[in-house]
Amino acid sequence: MSTADISISQDGIPLKQKLAKTTALQRRRALLLTMPLVLFLLVSFVVPIGQMLFNSVHNDKVSAVVPNFADAILQWDGVGLPPEETFEIFVKDMIQAKKVREVGRTVGNLATRVNYEMPGSRSLFTSTARKAKKIKEGPYKEALIKLNKKWGNPQIWLTLQRAARDITPAFYVAALDLKYAEDGSIERADELYQIYLNNFMKTLWLSALITFICILLAYPVAYLLSVLPLRQSNLLMIMVLLPFWTSLLVRTTAWIAILQTEGIINDMLVFLGFISDDGRIQMIYNQTGTIIAMVHILLPFMILPLYSVMKTIPPSYMRAALSMGAKPLYAYRKVYFPQTLPGLAAGTLLVFILAIGYYITPALVGGEDGLLISNLIAYHIQKSLNWSLGAALGTILLVVVLLLYWLYNKLIGIDKLRFG
Amino acid sequence: MSAESPLVRFENIQKSYDGEILVVKNFNLDVAKGEFVTMLGPSGSGKTTCLMMLAGFEPATHGEIYLKGKPINKVPPYKRGIGMVFQNYALFPHMTVAENLAFPLEVRGMGKAEREERVKRALDMVQLGEFGGRRPMQLSGGQQQRVAVARSLVFDPDLVLMDEPLGALDKNLREQMQYEIKHLHEQLGLTVVYVTHDQTEALTMSNRIAVFENGIVQQCAPPAELYESPSNAFVANFIGENNRIMGTVTALEKGVAKVTADSGESISAKQVNVHSVGDRTTLSLRPERVTVSPAEGSVDNQFSARVEELIYHGDHIRTRFTVCGHDDFIVKVPNSAGHAALQQGNTVTIGWKMEDCLALDA
Ligand SMILES: Nc1ncnc2c1ncn2[C@@H]1O[C@H](COP(=O)(O)OP(=O)(O)OP(=O)(O)O)[C@@H](O)[C@H]1O
Ligand SMILES: [Mg+2]
Repeated sequence: MSTADISISQDGIPLKQKLAKTTALQRRRALLLTMPLVLFLLVSFVVPIGQMLFNSVHNDKVSAVVPNFADAILQWDGVGLPPEETFEIFVKDMIQAKKVREVGRTVGNLATRVNYEMPGSRSLFTSTARKAKKIKEGPYKEALIKLNKKWGNPQIWLTLQRAARDITPAFYVAALDLKYAEDGSIERADELYQIYLNNFMKTLWLSALITFICILLAYPVAYLLSVLPLRQSNLLMIMVLLPFWTSLLVRTTAWIAILQTEGIINDMLVFLGFISDDGRIQMIYNQTGTIIAMVHILLPFMILPLYSVMKTIPPSYMRAALSMGAKPLYAYRKVYFPQTLPGLAAGTLLVFILAIGYYITPALVGGEDGLLISNLIAYHIQKSLNWSLGAALGTILLVVVLLLYWLYNKLIGIDKLRFG
Repeated sequence: MSAESPLVRFENIQKSYDGEILVVKNFNLDVAKGEFVTMLGPSGSGKTTCLMMLAGFEPATHGEIYLKGKPINKVPPYKRGIGMVFQNYALFPHMTVAENLAFPLEVRGMGKAEREERVKRALDMVQLGEFGGRRPMQLSGGQQQRVAVARSLVFDPDLVLMDEPLGALDKNLREQMQYEIKHLHEQLGLTVVYVTHDQTEALTMSNRIAVFENGIVQQCAPPAELYESPSNAFVANFIGENNRIMGTVTALEKGVAKVTADSGESISAKQVNVHSVGDRTTLSLRPERVTVSPAEGSVDNQFSARVEELIYHGDHIRTRFTVCGHDDFIVKVPNSAGHAALQQGNTVTIGWKMEDCLALDA
């Protein structure tokens, strides 16, 4: 038989076409079935992340509040003070802006935006907006400086020029503990304002520590689960999964009750005489609290993948190794442990990435120094309303996670993971 | 105990997993050096359990196991020096074939050069010289099985245990592997304790077979003896094909039992384990020991039988008769000229000798 015979079906249509036709319906149905999920992911995942990426480099408060001025200041060469016409446009725009009540386009918004880059400049804008309508005619430059002599400082105009651009790296600059120097170049922020990088490092370090503790605790439990008779292992499994059945808040507050200085553990220690009553140990509202509570919450994510892998390792492997003369520890190290690596890898990745982005627990029990980067992001989204900075921090977090994922894939291989 | 103590001795071994049921009830067995002993029995009869106790993975509940004359109940498995082939092979999936074979040598602290030499020799022995670099998953079932055998032998153990090593293979491969294992046993002078529930496998490979039922060894004897003179009805049924006629003993004399079949015929049989007149008995008769139209005086028992069914097997014709009230009486009629005339529905005479008909327990 020649190859031509093989690839053409009986009615003379090439086999490939024929196959495509017969499977088309099947594929269309499969597509239809996945459609809801695809749509959901699009709405709940792709769009928000896109939005976040966009927000992190986009802020149009200046051009929205004082649009004509924004155009004009961008023409300025940045030497000395801007020309008289620019001052005129600014004053007129400010008078106009004072009348606007629309959320996101008020003078307050403008003031906040500039304040990000030049702390302490907020009142300059609000007070100027109030008094601007007194300036009836030029020269506007002098009039404005008379109103407040800070307008004579080129720095404020340089800052305004930077902020007038809708697309700006300024928030990444801030998120990386950098700032613009007077000449517009980028330099390290003052000691006092260096919070984010340190917090990123702390988040990574704490996540690694939490993951490590989870491994130490989960490995023996998962092993027990996989070897115990069904009835006992079911009971143990229920205990492992119990955290999933109670609300996160309840669990976290339970930790507060246990760990606080007036809590159960301290009371016990005092009662037993290990510590004195005024030497009670601070175990919560600091890093210790964050670590303990997060290990508890993330432990199942380590146990389950480990268990699912260990379950599939028949006891005959260890027995074979022993029968060949290997001591139990050696046999375990050479034969059992390597086979659990896929589960260990999956658990590690899962716990670490969850820990990096964890928010509620550190917020509740972390105190000041137990706060993680996601708490700072939440602060900017909810409290300071500096969405752009929050988005920039979020994007950096995303990039870090992707980098780790990539590194992980290089070292271990994603295809080796086994979640269950 | 004989002058030379056996390599392995099970002495009054009992085993219970749950403290209620004895899965092994008083097991006694001696295995001499160089012997190939098979444990044969239906599923759940305790074969694997006995093997695991010998290997050291399960403690005996009662009794003592001796290896080379020394009690080993307290010796951990890794100090017993027993090679083992598991039912699922238990080849380490994360190591190559060569690494698998090198494992027991590495454990023993053998140098790299000698290790490689030994591994190569072991692989050649099972004709897998080319496959050292592969992972077990990349081998066929038969190849994996041979690797498992090679791994169990590579460190020259005194004793090799094999737990249904051929269970997962198809018939052809099975037969080929049976031959290869047997060959290795003879070539290397190994002592093998083998577990199977396939009686043909047991018969063709073993020096001796221990037939298990319900945790008890029913008979332990060389294959021919098991087949020719089973000591009870269970063994007779379990090993080979077997016609059964139920009856009652009416007389016992010099090892000959007169038995009245339930359908009324009187049959003389060899007394095996019936003890007194009036005992119920199962008469056991191999299909190839029955003669059709026997010559006058050549047989002790002779009955007329109706031909129910003929199945042509080439060298013999499997014939089903109704005789002595049983309609499932099988006779293997040799395909020689005289018997080609056997017709379904005909009545013919069949007969057998007293010695071929065993009076066993009911
Ligand atoms: N780990 C165990 N715990 C409890 N009972 C067990 C255990 N292993 C085996 N048994 C029981 O002991 C009995 C004998 O089991 P064993 O595995 O020795 O049978 P076997 O003869 O090897 O059967 P097979 O031919 O099916 O492998 C069975 O009834 C089984 O249910
Ligand atoms: Mg078994």
